Order: sequence, then structure tokens, then C-alpha cells
Amino acid sequence: MATVELRFSALPEHVRTARLVAAAVARRAGVDESVLDEVRLAVGEACSRAVGLHQRGGVTSGAVRVSLTDQEKRFLIEVEDEAGPAFVPDPGVDEDADEDTLGLAVITGLVEDLEVTHGARGGVIRMSWPVSVDALAH
Amino acid sequence: MDLSLSTRTVGDRTVVEVGGEIDVYTAPKLREQLVELVNDGNYHLVVDMEGVDFLDSTGLGVLVGGLKRVCAHEGSLRLVCNQERILKIFRITGLTKVFPIHTSVDDAVAATD
Repeated sequence: MATVELRFSALPEHVRTARLVAAAVARRAGVDESVLDEVRLAVGEACSRAVGLHQRGGVTSGAVRVSLTDQEKRFLIEVEDEAGPAFVPDPGVDEDADEDTLGLAVITGLVEDLEVTHGARGGVIRMSWPVSVDALAH
Repeated sequence: MDLSLSTRTVGDRTVVEVGGEIDVYTAPKLREQLVELVNDGNYHLVVDMEGVDFLDSTGLGVLVGGLKRVCAHEGSLRLVCNQERILKIFRITGLTKVFPIHTSVDDAVAATD
């Protein structure tokens, strides 16, 4: 079971909330302070992408689910959208498509343990970070 | 925290001072500001990002869009940024090769190609 789970309407104004909650839970789980900025940014990117997929796919009623799980040695984050089957943007034509490419580039550059998948319901981004052993000792 | 924007003219450059968080929610405001400046004939922009607390790829996309617009008028778009966590995002995406990034507004305003 997730330590904290967040589900929000796929709207841009809620992405900041998801970022702040993810960073707070990660800090509490013992993720190193130096990595929290990366966690915040990666979750923000994943949620922005999810919101963008809903908007570009014309899905107005969907939600984004963010699951934050404190495992023994890793802190796991899953961001799942309900935008439906993979939407393939037409690169170079649409400015939003450029942003989607940039978003994935940022996540890929930040997160070592990353998995981007797509099911019938929507996309799932799984990321994890190590939990500091020192933090657990306290 | 919301986004704050203010503009001023220094010589033939227009300095856009940005503060707060640039993300998927606030980036459209920055896009509107840049589009408006270009539409009004301001083709040499300096975007001062020293007051920016958070920047994501949506913000990068808006800056790239701004650069495309000024370049269409043979203009320029220079950034001012000293914050490592913001610079890192430009490096990850390879955009340090696309944008001239300066350490101060004075430096950016004085710069020529």
C-alpha cells in the first residue's frame, strides 16, 4: 500500500500541490536533502505531462494519480494518467509537443531509476530514489 | 507561490524580470508577456531569472518559443541566471547551447553577438 496517495483532476493548477506533497513525503521517508529538488522537479514534470496528455487528448474528466511509497531502501513514486492509449504528438508542428519532449528529457536526465509505460487506460511513470541509511537511523 | 513579471527598457533591450514559479500553470502568463513584447516590436529581450524559485520544462518550452519569435525578427533572447538548480535544467536538456546565459543583467544588456 502507498504511504501517501494523491488523486487530482487533470488541471495545471493542481500540479504544484502534487510537487509539494511529494517533496514533503520524500523528506519524511529519508530521501537525502540534496535530492529533494530533483524529486520535486521530476514529480512536477510527470504530473505536467499527465495533465498535458489529458488536454491534448481532449479528455476533460480524467484524473492524475500520484502514489508515494516508502519502501525499505527506496522511495517509489508512480504517476498515472487516465488520458487513454498513447497519444503520439507530431513533433515540430505543435509547441505543446516540444514541451512533452522536453518534459521527458528532464525526467530522463534527473532520474536514474525510471520506467515510462503505457496501458489502455493511460500512461504510468515509475521513479525511485534511494533512502538515506543515516536518515533511517534517527 | 505565483509568478511575478515586470518589464523595463535598458537601451535597446527589454528586460523581463521573472519571479516565483514557472510551471504548467503559470507558464502561459510568461508566454503571453513574451508574445506581447514581440508583437509590440521589442526584439531584443533579456529574461532575468534570478527571482525564479522553480522552473520546469513548460517554462523551458515558453522560453524556446520566445527565442523562435525574436529570431524571426533577427532579435535576441538572453537569460540571466546564477542558480545552480535552474541552470541544471538547461544543461540536462542541452539548452545551454541554445540560450546565451549571463551572470548579471548588466552583462546581458552589454552583450552583442
